[in-house]
Amino acid sequence: MNPNSFLKNLVNYTMFAVTGLCTVIAVGILFFILGYLVYNGGKSLSLSFFTNLPAPVGEIGGGMANAIVGSGKVLLLATLIGIPIGFLGGVYLSEYSNEQIAFTIRYVTDLLNGVPSIVIGIVVYTIVVHPMGHFSTFAGGVALGIMMIPISVRSTEEFLHAVPQSLREAALALGAPKWKSIVTVVIPAAMRGIISGTMLDLARVAGETAPLLFTALGNQFWSPGWNQPSATLPVMIFTYAVAPYDDWHRQAWAAGFVLLTLVLLINITARMALSRGTYVPRG
Amino acid sequence: MSSSVTVPKSALPPRRAQSFISRLKAGEELAYLITLTAAAAIFLITTLVLYELIAQSSLARHKFGWNFLFTSIWDPVRGNFGALPFIYGTVVTSILALLIAIPLGLGAAIFLAEMAPPRISNAMTFLIELLAAVPSVIYGLLGVFILVPALQKNIVPAIKSVFGSLPIFQGAFYGVSIFSAGIVLSIMIVPFIISVSREVLLSVPREQREASLALGASQWQTIWRVVMPNASTGIMGSIFLALARALGETMAVTMVIGNTPQIKASLLAPGYSIAAVVANEFTEATDDLYLSALVELGLVLFGVTFVLNGLARILIMTTEQKGAHK
Repeated sequence: MNPNSFLKNLVNYTMFAVTGLCTVIAVGILFFILGYLVYNGGKSLSLSFFTNLPAPVGEIGGGMANAIVGSGKVLLLATLIGIPIGFLGGVYLSEYSNEQIAFTIRYVTDLLNGVPSIVIGIVVYTIVVHPMGHFSTFAGGVALGIMMIPISVRSTEEFLHAVPQSLREAALALGAPKWKSIVTVVIPAAMRGIISGTMLDLARVAGETAPLLFTALGNQFWSPGWNQPSATLPVMIFTYAVAPYDDWHRQAWAAGFVLLTLVLLINITARMALSRGTYVPRG
Repeated sequence: MSSSVTVPKSALPPRRAQSFISRLKAGEELAYLITLTAAAAIFLITTLVLYELIAQSSLARHKFGWNFLFTSIWDPVRGNFGALPFIYGTVVTSILALLIAIPLGLGAAIFLAEMAPPRISNAMTFLIELLAAVPSVIYGLLGVFILVPALQKNIVPAIKSVFGSLPIFQGAFYGVSIFSAGIVLSIMIVPFIISVSREVLLSVPREQREASLALGASQWQTIWRVVMPNASTGIMGSIFLALARALGETMAVTMVIGNTPQIKASLLAPGYSIAAVVANEFTEATDDLYLSALVELGLVLFGVTFVLNGLARILIMTTEQKGAHK
């Protein structure tokens, strides 16, 4: 065999192995994380975790029922704030704006998406918490709501773009005004993608901790209404993990297990729904 | 997808009545205005973020000027604030993270985009996307309880026995350190480098590969000499994106960096990062100057990530458009 081509093939196969190994390592990390959380989290998980309030320091047991409800409330509020703005903005980009304006808005959206989450926390502190005079569920919802906007805009726009032009033309040819063709034809056709995009968006902010540290803060008790500091699952994981008590560490693992399961389940469901769509591209 | 198009009842020919036309027009205008308002809101929110950071940090900016960035005494009691140790910690951990994540991420991206059979590639890409979805506090949790003990027990002693004479590996190791934070960060940004680089590689036109293969080049030669040069700008963009993420990452770093404002040559010493100090001290900041100094740290973070993200988007767009036009 030609020594040159031997070397060529050797390099080729070596690089195949090396790059393959890189992939295996990266994917291996995921299973490593999953494994540890299932092992340590599953061990510490019990029914009382879902039903009880956190126990006072020094007492064994207790749960994070208030943090689970708190996270739910914050996420609900975030969705109510972030998704309408993001969705309508996406409709504007895809259906109404001209190329130049669309480019600018898209760019600004990407930049907002890249703002570190802790900075969003600072800003919401100065515009919501400071004027109100106290930390609240509401402030936490605003912070996560702002974080939801960029992804919602981009995914809505992308899935609307993927709707064939002929569908729009058919609706217009039948005499429907543009807004009606958008509402009754274009958006329903892209609905599966838009809902999946929203779920992915929700999964992303569900694990956000930094913006909640000084907006929703935390709470060892129930937080009725929207106006009081509230416990949330990610902040609880942080507080409990850095605290020096063994029992709290166990709780942190359990909470981490619950949070990760939730986030990954939403992700898997949304991505499955996407890949089964007929013409929608992956988000 | 539903292709059935129902004829809306109100979509009658607009000749019928004048008032009907104006109502339709009103509906059209209204829909336009509503969506325009939402789009404008995105603009306003981004501007508001910048405005608030600038306005709320004015106290510290006026008192310390540029010295804020170049002095290293952080003394809330005496009202003296210098951000250098935090900037140092942020930059060093991020560079360390990139040094580990770039080879790993690019290798995996090349494998997924160019070498792996489609089925394996799709499955692996799916898993990598899931990895990117893991919340940062979970990485912090594993960092504190798994990585730090492992580093302390096995890995760092091994490194020390080989490279112990280098100044970056000197001194006692307590587990929490700049080194630990860099490793956790690198694990967190690998999925981003992989998925963005993979997409950039896939956007390189097929003909380029075919031409190179037809000339007798091996697959690797084609990747290394044809595909990679074509994609280099976009890959650079993916690295900037990952860097921006690393610089602003808060929770995982806060949990393993040691939270000690100091500048040491050794990577094994504890440090502090911008995001970590904001996370730890913001709720404790009692006076206006203290708070203002912390907001200014946020402004620094915002500025740097803003520039990096902007650059990254331009680089990625350039490559992908180059691919699309050919």
